[in-house]
Amino acid sequence: MPSDVAALVSAAKTGDRQAFDELVRQTYAETYTLAYRLTGNEEDARDVTQDAYLRAFKGLKRFRGDAQFSTWMYRITANCSATHLGRRRRHRHDQLFDDAPVADDAPGTSPELRAEAGDLRARLTAAVDRLPPKLRAVVMLRDVYDLPHEAIAAELNISESAAKVRLHRARRQLREDLFPLPAEEAARAV
Amino acid sequence: MRCDQVAPHLGDAASGRSLLDGDERHHVEHCLRCQAELVQYRKLLRALRTLRTEVIEPAPGLLAEVLAAVESAAEHGAVVGILRGRKVVYVGGLAAAATAAAAGGALVIVNRSRRRIRIAS
Ligand SMILES: [Zn+2]
Repeated sequence: MPSDVAALVSAAKTGDRQAFDELVRQTYAETYTLAYRLTGNEEDARDVTQDAYLRAFKGLKRFRGDAQFSTWMYRITANCSATHLGRRRRHRHDQLFDDAPVADDAPGTSPELRAEAGDLRARLTAAVDRLPPKLRAVVMLRDVYDLPHEAIAAELNISESAAKVRLHRARRQLREDLFPLPAEEAARAV
Repeated sequence: MRCDQVAPHLGDAASGRSLLDGDERHHVEHCLRCQAELVQYRKLLRALRTLRTEVIEPAPGLLAEVLAAVESAAEHGAVVGILRGRKVVYVGGLAAAATAAAAGGALVIVNRSRRRIRIAS
């Protein structure tokens, strides 16, 4: 059996189940990582990962191979996660969506103290977790996974201009979270 | 030009994916606040890119769950194939079946036009 992803994809497209299973083995942790970043919790990330591979399995024949398999999986994962979160939102009005105010999950901790705690990467992870899911999805797909606006808009079922607006809001929120204004400037800005 | 007019473009400019236009550049050259934001966006985007190489390890069991779900979908597909008039045979008789049981099954669909479509191995 081939071992590299491109050869596995070719074999799987001809119906080779072992090749598809091997593709899953080689890529599932990365897919799960994206799913976790998009959904923000383990349970949803597991569901999304499973949905994504089922969709990939059923749609593999349509994968043209002009994109990388990983990029194709990112798109499927983004789409599954949008569907999954949308379904959940309909079940219970998700207070974290879009324009809702973002809860401060560390009450009593000033931005200054947060800024001092840990390195940039750790603070970034925490700041990403604080983003509303819709903003988080766009900034992850664009700035971490490098998907074009067009693909992001298509998979999240929004317009390209909405994707751009969300990206700007997400970046701004992350920047303000990571680099808080000094207290006196913040007071002046209010 | 004001800071709030330039602000929406600073992130993209910091990413290197787009350039500021002449007026925006002129403003930023003379505005310490926008320069500071540009630096912060650069740091932010660099940090975001490092997340790409980070893998969050799923709790044990996920791989088995995914493979089982795919197996079930494949079985379902095979059954649908049979109902649509294709024969499903195991290749190579008992010996192959024993191997297949260990290796996950080797199914070959033969449709009525005698075209053989391998759907699993
Ligand atoms: Zn300015």
